[in-house]
Amino acid sequence: MLIRKPDSVPGSEITPESTYVSRRRFVRDLSIGGVGLAAAGFAGANIDPPDEPLTPERIITSYNNFYEFGMDKGDPVRHAHKLTTDPWKVRVSGEVAKPGEFDYEDLIKGLTPEERVYRFRCVEAWSMVVPWLGIPLKALLQRLEPTGNAKYVEFTTLVRPSEMPGQRSLFTSIDWPYVEGLRLDEAYHPLSIMVVGLYGKTLPKQNGAPWRLIVPWKYGFKSVKSIVQIRFTERQPRNTWNILAPREYGFYANVNPAVPHPRWSQASERRLPTSLFNQNRIPTRPFNGYGEAVASLYAGMDLRRYY
Amino acid sequence: MQVSVRLLKVVVFMTLSLPLVWLGYAVSRELSNPGVVLGADPGEAVLHFFGDWTVRLLLLTLSVSTMRRLFRQPAIGRYRRMIGLFAFAYAVLHMLSYLGFLAEFEWRIVLEDFVDRTYITVGISALLLLLPLALTSTRGWQRRLGRRWRRLHKLVYPAMGLGLLHLLWLTKDGYAEPLLYCAIFAGLMVERLVDWRRRT
Repeated sequence: MLIRKPDSVPGSEITPESTYVSRRRFVRDLSIGGVGLAAAGFAGANIDPPDEPLTPERIITSYNNFYEFGMDKGDPVRHAHKLTTDPWKVRVSGEVAKPGEFDYEDLIKGLTPEERVYRFRCVEAWSMVVPWLGIPLKALLQRLEPTGNAKYVEFTTLVRPSEMPGQRSLFTSIDWPYVEGLRLDEAYHPLSIMVVGLYGKTLPKQNGAPWRLIVPWKYGFKSVKSIVQIRFTERQPRNTWNILAPREYGFYANVNPAVPHPRWSQASERRLPTSLFNQNRIPTRPFNGYGEAVASLYAGMDLRRYY
Repeated sequence: MQVSVRLLKVVVFMTLSLPLVWLGYAVSRELSNPGVVLGADPGEAVLHFFGDWTVRLLLLTLSVSTMRRLFRQPAIGRYRRMIGLFAFAYAVLHMLSYLGFLAEFEWRIVLEDFVDRTYITVGISALLLLLPLALTSTRGWQRRLGRRWRRLHKLVYPAMGLGLLHLLWLTKDGYAEPLLYCAIFAGLMVERLVDWRRRT
């Protein structure tokens, strides 16, 4: 697998965004032509890319939370190059027909990554627009043959303190590994993807290589990175931030402007990059703007209680 | 003697200004090349920069009397006012960055933050406690207030405590730096207690 060192690509070699965007449209149009073949499981999903400018690649790959590498948003890009992502073993366990340890490459073999431009909304009230390359989560999970008892799926991030300085820190309250979970119907929703790339390239290590979850209608912390275990469960799995601060972070974590975080408002967000003179503040939309596609998953639920 | 004190004051002044010099450099680079020094969210970076320096300089102010005693160098006390005023200036710049960058001078947001977000209330209270200290820092006020001046300036302790509470409260994870500051504050307080017991 191609492993790209951060910042090894000179600026002159990076495709200008205009070229990139037109190429992306071309690819999208192609895939629309083959929609019957490629997107059998996608009927009804609103996967039109948002009509908003893409966040520059440099920002997406240099400013993010990945506490395994440190608390600072610049830490992931500083330290992630030390991570070995090949070989990458993934343990599949719980309510599945064939539990075991698999090569990541084998698990995605035959599943074609497709481009998905999604809004990404962090619980800290900043956001980006990201062109991910991902495979539909449903196709991947069904390949693992969950049993009839499976109601939830849990994802676990790698623990490797030798390569992840944040995990060596004495001053974190996170009890590694980082774990996250979804209800199975959320995981099977056509918008949920397992990401393997970004801006048409292999997923950079600081963004969760070799693969990470993206669930665009939820706060970013749900979208767990560098996954080494997928476990199907009958009962709701625990999730790291909920364990740390249950009043501040729920299990569902759907983007919801009406439910403030105890320490800040979620009514608006700052679309990055901001500048000193423009905070780029825009209103936050319910379900991060994907309500039409996903609200029915939560029919009858009190979303103030299940935040 | 006088010359060297004056020279040293200039040196202290320039040293305490170094963070501002760095920030000036960072902002000038940001103007031509956004994100290059301050990252994707420069407003927040500036806000945290001033907040961090406020805490560090307040701790330095409080350590002056401790160092004076420990090293038997009463002359160090001459620089305390300047360090304290720098701490206050950084605190004001911290609040201005909050008002400008995060709240964008929208008073509705400020009011909501002040009422609903206790850590912001705590931070503003700390700044308000520092205000009378900065105003009465001159020799004239020192003379006019006499013994009451010393008592008034004990407000720096609750201000420091509230400042640290503000920092701890807004920290999501990664407590190394806040805990280090708390430990230094605790150390300075213990030294004062020991000194006070020795004298009584």
